[in-house]
Amino acid sequence: MGKRSPSFPRNSKLSLWEINKSFSKGGTSLAVLLDISLFASPGEFISILGPSGCGKSTLFNVLAGLVQRDGGIISIDNREVESGLGDIAYMQQKDLLFPWRSVIQNVFLGPEISGEINEGTRNEALELMTRVGLKAFAGNYPAELSIGMRQRAALVRTLLFHKDILLLDEPFGALDAMTRSVMQHILLRLWMDYQKTILLVTHDVEEALLLSDRIYVLTARPATVKGEVGVDIPRPRKVTDSRLVDLKGFLLDMLQGEIERVFV
Amino acid sequence: MTKRILYPSILLILFIIFWELMVRQFEVPHYILPAPARILHTLTVQQPLLLHHTLVTLEEIIVGFLLAFVIGVGLAFLMFQFPLLEKTFYPIVIGSQTIPVFAIAPLLVLWFGYGLPSKVVMAALIVFFPIVVNTLDGLKGADSDEVNLLRILKANRWQILWKVRVPSALPFIFSGCKIGISVSTIGAIIGEWVGSKEGLGYLMLHANAQLQISLIFASLIYLTILGVSLFYLIVLMERWVMPWKRLSEAR
Repeated sequence: MGKRSPSFPRNSKLSLWEINKSFSKGGTSLAVLLDISLFASPGEFISILGPSGCGKSTLFNVLAGLVQRDGGIISIDNREVESGLGDIAYMQQKDLLFPWRSVIQNVFLGPEISGEINEGTRNEALELMTRVGLKAFAGNYPAELSIGMRQRAALVRTLLFHKDILLLDEPFGALDAMTRSVMQHILLRLWMDYQKTILLVTHDVEEALLLSDRIYVLTARPATVKGEVGVDIPRPRKVTDSRLVDLKGFLLDMLQGEIERVFV
Repeated sequence: MTKRILYPSILLILFIIFWELMVRQFEVPHYILPAPARILHTLTVQQPLLLHHTLVTLEEIIVGFLLAFVIGVGLAFLMFQFPLLEKTFYPIVIGSQTIPVFAIAPLLVLWFGYGLPSKVVMAALIVFFPIVVNTLDGLKGADSDEVNLLRILKANRWQILWKVRVPSALPFIFSGCKIGISVSTIGAIIGEWVGSKEGLGYLMLHANAQLQISLIFASLIYLTILGVSLFYLIVLMERWVMPWKRLSEAR
């Protein structure tokens, strides 16, 4: 671990150093991630903004250990790791609730796999279900729930994975504006109470500004970190806040160049 | 729902009336084509005989089906777990389907005799194929994101199999069972035709030789009821095992 970016703090929960990944397709190599370096302090809420198709999901798959990276260093709690497999929880836009399990059985997947089925985890699951307003639906099948409710169940399941780091890959991308706003509110409250380190991938600038402590902006493919913006606005934030509006303009300008690169 | 039953029923009743009238009008001999009324008479008079032979055929089908189910699902799991087995067995399973079971029926009777075993093997051979192919497809067809969700939790191979792959495969397994049970009667009847002392197939051959054509029709009716009932039994089991499936379909 000789190389370390001077801007990285001494104590980070998660840090990525010059992560590279390319896929070979029909003999040619397609670079998707190019020297991506970023970090998250313990309990920090980070958003990763980028144009669609820039490789954000590949970055998460690499981090989660589902896809092998070509190079780069991943550290968790200042220790170099093979990948985040086993150390992180992951949530996608697809809720991935198993249709054959009731809602409570779905959210209880984590403790079930790790063998932590006991009174404590059961109560925790019930408490979280109550907090997100799903207690009355515990025994229902996911097919009986609305999209918003399903996404809330997926969020509870992710928390019950009992990992310090949560990777959220456009979790609210498929929701309507009202439901998304409710979900963001729920997420913020749970994040504050549980003190998780969150990495949220989104292409919604407003969502990133409303939620995060810091925002990384990625370039179009191959994705690399174009810039980093701290959001020093106390919560709860309003979209009409003048500081937020200013930052939004700044971020949109930064993204605009990338979007043009994709389409020109 | 009522219309779904009503319209075909009306057509069927009209057809039977037409049949009855035509047979009377043209005085068709009963040993060529019996009138529906005569078949109905046979059905009531010969009920004990028909019931006895139906039970024989039912036993052949059920034992054959269960044998094919256990071996088929078992082989599919093994092929899924061990790619070498799949590479070895799958082409043979597919290739074996080009041999009509009817063609080897005389051999099966030679090897397994005139009794139950040869018919069980015949039914099992026919049922085996749709079950093994569907089960393997189902195990492979699990959503990769759902599998990844478990991988992120560091679930082991067996947990992934039991908690994701098997439930995902259930609809496929039931599809295989439905196809299998529909064709199982073919296997049993062919087996009985080639060599037997009991069963609906035997009864039909016997009746044919004695020109009791109405008994053939009566046997056919029993066979149809048997086939439909067995199919519906699988549907009921499917609903019982997968109560969530109807909810997902309703959306």
